[in-house]
Amino acid sequence: MQSKPIALTILDIISIIVLGVAAYLSLFFAPTEAVMGQVQRVFYFHVGTAWVGLLGFILAAAAGIAYLVTKNMAWDRFEVAAVEVSTMFFFITIVLGSIWARPAWNTWWTWDPRLTTAAVTELIYIAYFMLRQGIDDPEKRARFGAVYTLLGGLSAPITFMVIRLFRTIHPVVIGSASAEAQGGFDMTSDMKVAFFFALFAFTVIFIDLMWNRIRLGQLEESVEQLKLNVAI
Amino acid sequence: MFLETMPDTSAYMIAGFGISFAVMGIYVLSMYLRNTNLKRDAEMLKSLQAENEKSKAKPKPNKKK
Repeated sequence: MQSKPIALTILDIISIIVLGVAAYLSLFFAPTEAVMGQVQRVFYFHVGTAWVGLLGFILAAAAGIAYLVTKNMAWDRFEVAAVEVSTMFFFITIVLGSIWARPAWNTWWTWDPRLTTAAVTELIYIAYFMLRQGIDDPEKRARFGAVYTLLGGLSAPITFMVIRLFRTIHPVVIGSASAEAQGGFDMTSDMKVAFFFALFAFTVIFIDLMWNRIRLGQLEESVEQLKLNVAI
Repeated sequence: MFLETMPDTSAYMIAGFGISFAVMGIYVLSMYLRNTNLKRDAEMLKSLQAENEKSKAKPKPNKKK
């Protein structure tokens, strides 16, 4: 296993800094929303984590295609990293949405089309790890994983588009909302700064975590190889 | 009727940010622990492999008298 590249160490530090700045902008810089009050501030992290969550699921599907075409295990490591990091971020998205919904909609959860598709997406990717755990042969595991992420990847655009296609109470940030949407608001210029910086910050953190997770995958693979060598 | 005062939803906000940081922290910690354990396993396996190679390389004692 090679030592940690200096660029990755720098990216680790930058990630901590941008996370701190994003938290500052969300908590102190952005003005308090007049109707919902302080809880609206979770919106910046909610959208930021949702963006990288869905991005990762799409990247995992692309990596799945790349693996099926090339049979290169590097794509399998990339796919696992993308799914794992995105599942973590998307879990935060769902929890933040639920926390925001309690005062805004007067309920922790409702089976709205957006909430339902988001929950289904998260469950699809939790099941992905259960599937991988059950297969011992690395090539077979990679092949099944690639096909699974390719099919599972469909859930990401569906989750993104569902509030634009169906009647839903979930607000729409970009584009026109459904007439039934509740809890929407117009962003001021300071809110836009916090919003776009949060998107940028979570993109940087996503890249950093992906890189670290890919390296962890390489280490896992080398340990597997060593185990085989010792057994022989 | 319009609401005249803004509702106090600070507790929800604190819970939201607290959970976000906690989940990210736990994930980073899990990656660190997995990395440390794998490195330890790799070291142990390398030493086992070296021992195996040494014992294979040693000439077998001649049993014939």
